[in-house]
Amino acid sequence: MKLITAIIRPDRLTEVKLALFRAGVTGISLSRVSGHGGESEIVQQYRGESVVMEFHEKIRIEMVCSEPFVEPTIQAILSSARTGEVGDGKIFVQAIESVIRIRTGERDNAALTPVTADLVQRLARSESAPPEGA
Amino acid sequence: MIPAGLLQAPAEVSSGDTAWLLLSAALVMLMVPGLALFYGGLVRGKSALNTLMMSLAMLGVVGVQWVLFGYSLAFGPGSPLVGFLSYWGLHGVGPVPNPAYAPTVPHLGFAMYQAMFAAITVALISGAVVERMRFGAYLAFGLLWTTLVYDPLAHWVWADGGWLHTLGALDFAGGTVVHISAGVSALVAAMVLGPRRSLGRTPIIPHNVPFTLLGAGLLWFGWFGFNAGSALASGALAVSAFAATHIAAAGALTAWMLLDFARTRRATAVGAATGIVVGLVAITPAAGYVTPRGALVIGVLAACASYAAILLRPRTGVDDALDVFACHGIAGISGALLTGVLATRVVNPAGADGLLAGNPHQLLVQLLAVGATVLLAATGTVVILGVLRAVMALRLPVPAEIDGADISEHGEEAYYGGDVAALAGRRIALGQSVSLPAAEVRRSAAPPGL
Repeated sequence: MKLITAIIRPDRLTEVKLALFRAGVTGISLSRVSGHGGESEIVQQYRGESVVMEFHEKIRIEMVCSEPFVEPTIQAILSSARTGEVGDGKIFVQAIESVIRIRTGERDNAALTPVTADLVQRLARSESAPPEGA
Repeated sequence: MIPAGLLQAPAEVSSGDTAWLLLSAALVMLMVPGLALFYGGLVRGKSALNTLMMSLAMLGVVGVQWVLFGYSLAFGPGSPLVGFLSYWGLHGVGPVPNPAYAPTVPHLGFAMYQAMFAAITVALISGAVVERMRFGAYLAFGLLWTTLVYDPLAHWVWADGGWLHTLGALDFAGGTVVHISAGVSALVAAMVLGPRRSLGRTPIIPHNVPFTLLGAGLLWFGWFGFNAGSALASGALAVSAFAATHIAAAGALTAWMLLDFARTRRATAVGAATGIVVGLVAITPAAGYVTPRGALVIGVLAACASYAAILLRPRTGVDDALDVFACHGIAGISGALLTGVLATRVVNPAGADGLLAGNPHQLLVQLLAVGATVLLAATGTVVILGVLRAVMALRLPVPAEIDGADISEHGEEAYYGGDVAALAGRRIALGQSVSLPAAEVRRSAAPPGL
């Protein structure tokens, strides 16, 4: 099991979410974060004062995957979050020791797949199918 | 002394004039929450409520002061320097018009209209002391300042027998009485209090610019009552002042956006809101004395002067936090002097001609009125804050300033920590205090590593 943390652009969130759902990764948490990377800084003017904004708004997505899902998850994020400009973000992969589902007490891989995963994946693939190959 | 209004034959009350003055009073009242939003958006979120309250509270404090003795000090019969107390508790101020002020409106209506001016004037000063002044000290300052600075100044300029009024100084709606006095007092108060601790260390960014734009819009709306209402009658003069008010604000807003664009390639929203207020301030003394073309000149020139002042302010180290002096002081002085240049009897036969109409003397009178206002406002503010400092703390304690004035001064937050903070909180009985064991407090207060 791996914890995959992705830092992405806020405006790519819709595409990344859809790509993850299509790949069958449906258990995700996200948070708004401020980050400093290689992007150029934004200068704001307030009356006589100029302020350099050194942190950019980003979205942090966290998901824990069983081993067969790790590479598809990475590919889904790479294909959906990339714009080619500086500031597209990072993916971090870490080992996870144990997972316990609070509702049932199930552990590890049994605790990882949401009960609605198949439905979410099917909907993502049908309703918002990409135009390619059609 | 018997009020003058009771001695004379009852004048005819005009329903049109009364309706316009009451509506104007309500419009000026709306400027106070407008100012609260204008200022509230420009401060940081942790002091937003405190900043809003500094404006709103004056509707209460000055409203009471005005009834008890403020109106009498300002407009009561008396010496050229101050009114006496014959209108104490609005005694004798009733349905009969006072021929010296609004001869076709019940005297009480005029007193209420002026009550709104008194409230907003001291509220303007709050922009210079936000995020660091104790609320109690501010309320005391507001009461004393209105009593010792505003009321005498209003008497000098507007009251029958006031010495600047007798000299022929032109101030249609309060360029000297309201804006120069508030702007200069704000600058002095900022110097006496000292800067916010974070000034120059961390950027201090407006927390809600939409509030500021909404506030500027409400101020523009209310200013029609402020200026056109100062005609004290519904007629050609009110229309002229209404037009001048709108034209000057439009000119200043346009000029400000162009200056912004020329300097930074972007027209900022905070700048636009500031430009609106500057134009309205500048036209205030002139509104009933100048042509539409004159109003346009006043709006544009005042915008240039205030813009320069705002650019210079960060280099001075004086923490006039919301640029009250640059907006109200500089634009007020510009407007008062330009009134002496551009005034013409063609617009208002009861006014005077200015420099361009062949009367250079008027400019000298305006200069004298500005000088006298600056002197009274500056010395009054220094004395009041000096006395208050001797009996109470003017500034927030350092930890309270760091956490924001909302929690320390009001026990509330404008933007609490969200649902999680509320759900994780614990209800206690009203008035119950929560205290940690002394040992625990000492431990948490000790710096790390000890």
